[in-house]
Amino acid sequence: MRSLLAQLLDTLIVLFGVSTLVFLLLVLIPGDPVDVVLGESARAADREAMRSALGLDQPLPQRWAMFYLDLMRGDLGDSLVRRQPVAELIMQRLPATLQLAAAAFALVVIVALPLGIFAARNRGHWLDHLAQGFALIGVSIPNFWLGPLLVLLFSVQFGWTPVSGNLEPGSLILPAVTLGLSMAAITTRMVRSSLLEVESQPFLRTARCKGLSEGSVMIRHSLPNAMLPVITVLGLQLGSLLAGAVITEVVFAWPGIGSLLVDAIRQRDYPVVQGVVLLIALSYVLANRLSDLLAGWLDPRIRGAG
Amino acid sequence: MRISALILTVWALMALAGTLPSLEPHLVSLPEIFAPPSADHWLGTDELGRPVLDRLLTGASVSLFVALTTVTLSALIGISVGLIAGYFGGGIDRVISRLIEVFLAFPGMLLAIAMAAMIGPGIDNVIIALAVMGWVGYARLVRVQVLALRQRDHVLAATALGRTNLAIMARHLLPLVMAPVWVEASFGLAGAVVAEAGLSFLGLGIQPPDASWGGMIRDGVRYLLVAPHLVMAPGVALFLVVLAANLFGDGLRDRFDVTSRNMR
Repeated sequence: MRSLLAQLLDTLIVLFGVSTLVFLLLVLIPGDPVDVVLGESARAADREAMRSALGLDQPLPQRWAMFYLDLMRGDLGDSLVRRQPVAELIMQRLPATLQLAAAAFALVVIVALPLGIFAARNRGHWLDHLAQGFALIGVSIPNFWLGPLLVLLFSVQFGWTPVSGNLEPGSLILPAVTLGLSMAAITTRMVRSSLLEVESQPFLRTARCKGLSEGSVMIRHSLPNAMLPVITVLGLQLGSLLAGAVITEVVFAWPGIGSLLVDAIRQRDYPVVQGVVLLIALSYVLANRLSDLLAGWLDPRIRGAG
Repeated sequence: MRISALILTVWALMALAGTLPSLEPHLVSLPEIFAPPSADHWLGTDELGRPVLDRLLTGASVSLFVALTTVTLSALIGISVGLIAGYFGGGIDRVISRLIEVFLAFPGMLLAIAMAAMIGPGIDNVIIALAVMGWVGYARLVRVQVLALRQRDHVLAATALGRTNLAIMARHLLPLVMAPVWVEASFGLAGAVVAEAGLSFLGLGIQPPDASWGGMIRDGVRYLLVAPHLVMAPGVALFLVVLAANLFGDGLRDRFDVTSRNMR
């Protein structure tokens, strides 16, 4: 119980640090943000309005405190361009991103688990080398190149899938593959190496000596033990799916928070940039903490040590 | 490891060739737009009739320069911070550890995008944004190792002999923590190349008309159906370089890591 409280406190401190970092990003804008947004020839009244909208008329510590008070109420400020609360804009776009992330994550689990297990079971076999080759290529192929390649192959050559957008059925497939491939590759490697590591443990020899079949050794002893590091990696990836979605959404004109972020950057809509970055960073932290909790719950050794 | 070294050497040579004054990466030639690869233009021309090969070579210089500078800068910052935290411990270590934790809690690419969005595009700003994202890996690595090495006899002996803190860190700790730093730097090189290209792809990195692999892919995507070579040339180059840096990192890790070498 005490360790759970300590973990919670720890998470709160990290969340505090991350949001402070996001707040400080606004300070990095070179020169006067009002000049940057409106141009130097803007009218004085407009400049004042923008100044107070961004909170620039107040000293930094005060802005920082306001930032947190607003954040507690779920208020991320208003968009400078669209005259709409940032939180509302994000909520409109979030479902599309979550749909994409869920599809990519499902792909990671469906591809990586069987492939990793298969590679570990058949170590040294040419299919193992093939799986490892897939993993290496998947890690090395940038998603902003993979996306156009897939479009060229499956939309243009075969005409199987739509080129972009999310309106037609089947339009989810290519973005999900683009987003999920590198993560599937990392997870495949992790599953394989983790299983091979468990393989050398004495308790597996004991299980085999008891006369258990290979199948039940795998299901009852190898997998549960090998899954712990895999769960941690999956947690890391669940969090980075949202960050990875930024580029994927731009490639496929997918109307989620990633393309919202990039549009906002182009329009210098700083409150929206801040809001989206904050949301992605916070969900990354929470996903990692949840996977740590899950791993601890599954593994009495970590629970005891935590 | 030999293949990866070969690809990385080719990359370096391309980068070197990219600085040749005879290249014409900005030469617009409207009669020749979207020309397919030919004897005149080995990789064809782009939407303004500019030679893709010349732009690819210039892009190689940009990516190599950004990657090397980023990795060097990140490593210098990260190693110093990690050494200080691990060696001095106590309050300094607690503060630095929290800082490391906060930066690690950020998906790296997101931080780079956010930084670049705020400080603006351009090659200097890309390097700054990528170094802000990159230092933390080295810091964590070095800190953990220094914590373990601090009580070793040779460090205690150096302390007893009255060596300064700086001398102990530089002469007695740093050489012992470098092996994993080289591995991290190798993966960091791959990461920096992808990140620079990614930022340029999003329009946050190298600005047109200057050539960069990410920018070439972004521009090429618009003409994917007419001229796929515009996306293929920089994409293949980028993929091979990243693949080689990753392979090189794997190779280094196996070479340095005695336990995993024995297991194989």
